[in-house]
Amino acid sequence: MSIVTVQLGQCGNQIGFEVFDALFSDSHCSQGFCSKKENEAYQASCKERFFSEEENGVPIARAVLVDMEPKVINQTLSKAAQSGRWKYGQHSCFCQKQGSGNNWAYGYSVHGPRHQESIMNLIQKEVEKCDSLSGFFIIMSMAGGTGSGLGAFITQNLQDEFSNSLRMNQIIWPYGTGEVIVQNYNSILTLSHLYRSSDALLVHENDAVHKICAKLMNIKQISFSDINQVLAHQLGSVFQPTYSAEGSSHYRRNPLEGFKEPALYTSWLKPVDAFSVWRTQRAFRRYEKSAALVSNSQFLVKPLDTIVGRAWNMFASKAYIHQYTKFGVEEEDFLDSFTLLEQIVASYCNL
Amino acid sequence: MTQSVVIQVGQCGNQIGCCFWDLALREHAAVNQKGIYDEALSSFFRNVDARVVGDGGSISKGKISSLKARAVLIDMEEGVVNEILQGPLRDVFDSKQLITNVSGSGNNWAVGHKVFGSAYQEQILEKLRKSAEHCDCLQCFFIIHSMGGGTGSGLGTFLLKVLEDEFPEVYRFVTSVYPSSEDDVITSPYNSILAMKELSEHADCVLPIDNQSLFDIISKIDLMVNSGKLGAAVKPRSLVTASAEALRKRHKKPFDAMNNIVANVLLSLTSSARFEGSLNMDLNEISMNLVPFPQLHYLVSSLTPLYTLADVNIPPRRLDQMFSDAFSKDHQLIRANPRHSLYLACALMVRGDVQISDLRRNIERLKPSLQFVSWNQEGWKTSLCSVPPVGHSHSLLALANNTCVKPTFLELRERFTRLYKKKAHLHHYLQVDGMEEGCFTEAVSSLSALIEEYDRLDATKGMPVQNLPRLSIAV
Repeated sequence: MSIVTVQLGQCGNQIGFEVFDALFSDSHCSQGFCSKKENEAYQASCKERFFSEEENGVPIARAVLVDMEPKVINQTLSKAAQSGRWKYGQHSCFCQKQGSGNNWAYGYSVHGPRHQESIMNLIQKEVEKCDSLSGFFIIMSMAGGTGSGLGAFITQNLQDEFSNSLRMNQIIWPYGTGEVIVQNYNSILTLSHLYRSSDALLVHENDAVHKICAKLMNIKQISFSDINQVLAHQLGSVFQPTYSAEGSSHYRRNPLEGFKEPALYTSWLKPVDAFSVWRTQRAFRRYEKSAALVSNSQFLVKPLDTIVGRAWNMFASKAYIHQYTKFGVEEEDFLDSFTLLEQIVASYCNL
Repeated sequence: MTQSVVIQVGQCGNQIGCCFWDLALREHAAVNQKGIYDEALSSFFRNVDARVVGDGGSISKGKISSLKARAVLIDMEEGVVNEILQGPLRDVFDSKQLITNVSGSGNNWAVGHKVFGSAYQEQILEKLRKSAEHCDCLQCFFIIHSMGGGTGSGLGTFLLKVLEDEFPEVYRFVTSVYPSSEDDVITSPYNSILAMKELSEHADCVLPIDNQSLFDIISKIDLMVNSGKLGAAVKPRSLVTASAEALRKRHKKPFDAMNNIVANVLLSLTSSARFEGSLNMDLNEISMNLVPFPQLHYLVSSLTPLYTLADVNIPPRRLDQMFSDAFSKDHQLIRANPRHSLYLACALMVRGDVQISDLRRNIERLKPSLQFVSWNQEGWKTSLCSVPPVGHSHSLLALANNTCVKPTFLELRERFTRLYKKKAHLHHYLQVDGMEEGCFTEAVSSLSALIEEYDRLDATKGMPVQNLPRLSIAV
């Protein structure tokens, strides 16, 4: 079963490249600490999920690259092609000339409808190349304009057009001390819209990954490249083929299935249902033993609460609102978003 | 990738503009080793077939044939523009993109705005439309002018309304040189106040620049260069005041050095849109992040470092020093001390070999000493562009929306009032068709309203940040 990845905006595209690179280099690792047969089964499963084959044997990532300005996509395409080991499809990108200006409303209300057909066509083409589609993996940031706004719009479209397939969004949570001044507005608008159209939101906080680079990896001058590589490593270990608890002899058919029912540790859920373990003999990226934990817990409440609080303070002063209403996102839309997110925070707190 | 058009108006505007084009060419030459006309170049330059006589057709790709600046040069006197057209940059300008006159505006805003405005409106529109046609995707107009004179101030601001009507989707970025208190044009307060109203109403973003601040900066640099105390030789190309001419001979006019500083600001402002980096910042993001309310669009700028030392035995100035300097009052391009005032928003545009951790570390370090408005405590916009300016390994442009612009406006209003009370020189203005005393009173009350906005914000300084009660939800 295959996953089609949609990379949106600068962040989405930069991370997307690292993820495919990590997946590829892992699956082509000669040292798997397992049997040859095991390794081959692993490689075949990985390849089917993330890459399609081209005539001269260079695998093509099952991905659609979207950005509203060309610089990052051009860089991403050439980096992939340079490696010579895998690449992106020549016609898998959608690009415009002028970015979204960090404006969620512009990404969602202007770019979205304007480019809906073209982008969905590209995704459709990628889906047709799959023997069987398990779902979509959408990589985006919350702070900017394209990843956040257009990302929310596209996810909604995917829900409409491919309602039977799963949608998992990889969201990048911005640094607390600010990368974009309107990041809190963009974040709450993104989250409230994704909650209605996405099946699962996989969150990575820039602050947290930064700390990993600093404290665990001792990198002195941390660049976004370092951060993205750590992210890719984590994502890779989550997505690579594993056996399900049933211990069948084939790799899990649907890699995204397990995320469909988020498990909660509450009194009304037995631990055996809450905790799923998937394992494989085959080592990930030369680590003899490794484990990845994906959890749905209250850990995200504090960051979410912080963002909602800051956005609320700013909203009360009406600062920057004119930039959003200019493109059709009104104060009511903000209030709707606030309401939904407060409900989510309250729900998590009440566990 | 988008394109921008520079409109240089008046003597000051054209002199700064000239420096800008010189620096832009040098910057692109340093990056573009293969002589291919790439997208970065196309943001400010057209590639024109040099073999075709007259207005050569544009070539969109391939080798560079002949670069033409995306510029419109406007002046009501011929001196400055003629000098440009006879100087080393003459081939860079399209001879048809000029509008000149001989009589000048007599340092009279009314003549520039009303007389020349209506006389040249058609021509101006025609040149602008031509410039726009040459662009694939026009994003921004950069207007460069001074506030104190007649042409830059009057005709320059007349332009803003024309641009707003004709190209409503295109950003209007204005670089305005404000008159310093020792300005020798007596009517500069009148001109400036009349121009301010137009800036407040029709510009998207204004970068106010003060001649005195520029002068102070170049004095500091001269001191450093000539001190010889440390035996420190400064890399000449790295001087923020450097230009091709200056490298060959000493600066003849102090304005050359000062204009180069402003030109460098414009280059750095657009660097992240032109060149690649790990965290890009497009021009439309500047207004989005730094303008919380439409009227409050005056941004204080500072540029560091001012030079790089050539002596390899002296350790490179620590990166962190660059960030500290950006917030010091000595580096601001207007007379202001942002540290003592209130920040509404701040953008840090970093170029060169700087990574996200350097940026974060310095923000954490400097934050405690800066005061941000209660609803924007984390109000930072950041960008990382891989390409540094010529002669540097890294540089930083800080743009602040800060109440420290208020003193400049207060002083301007004060100087205006002193003149207006005595009705001094007023007749020169009132005799122009379409001018009446109402224009003056409206202009000064527009400025007063703006100052009041800043006052209101300043009143919140130092107050404890209160978290407003949140929506309560029934679960």
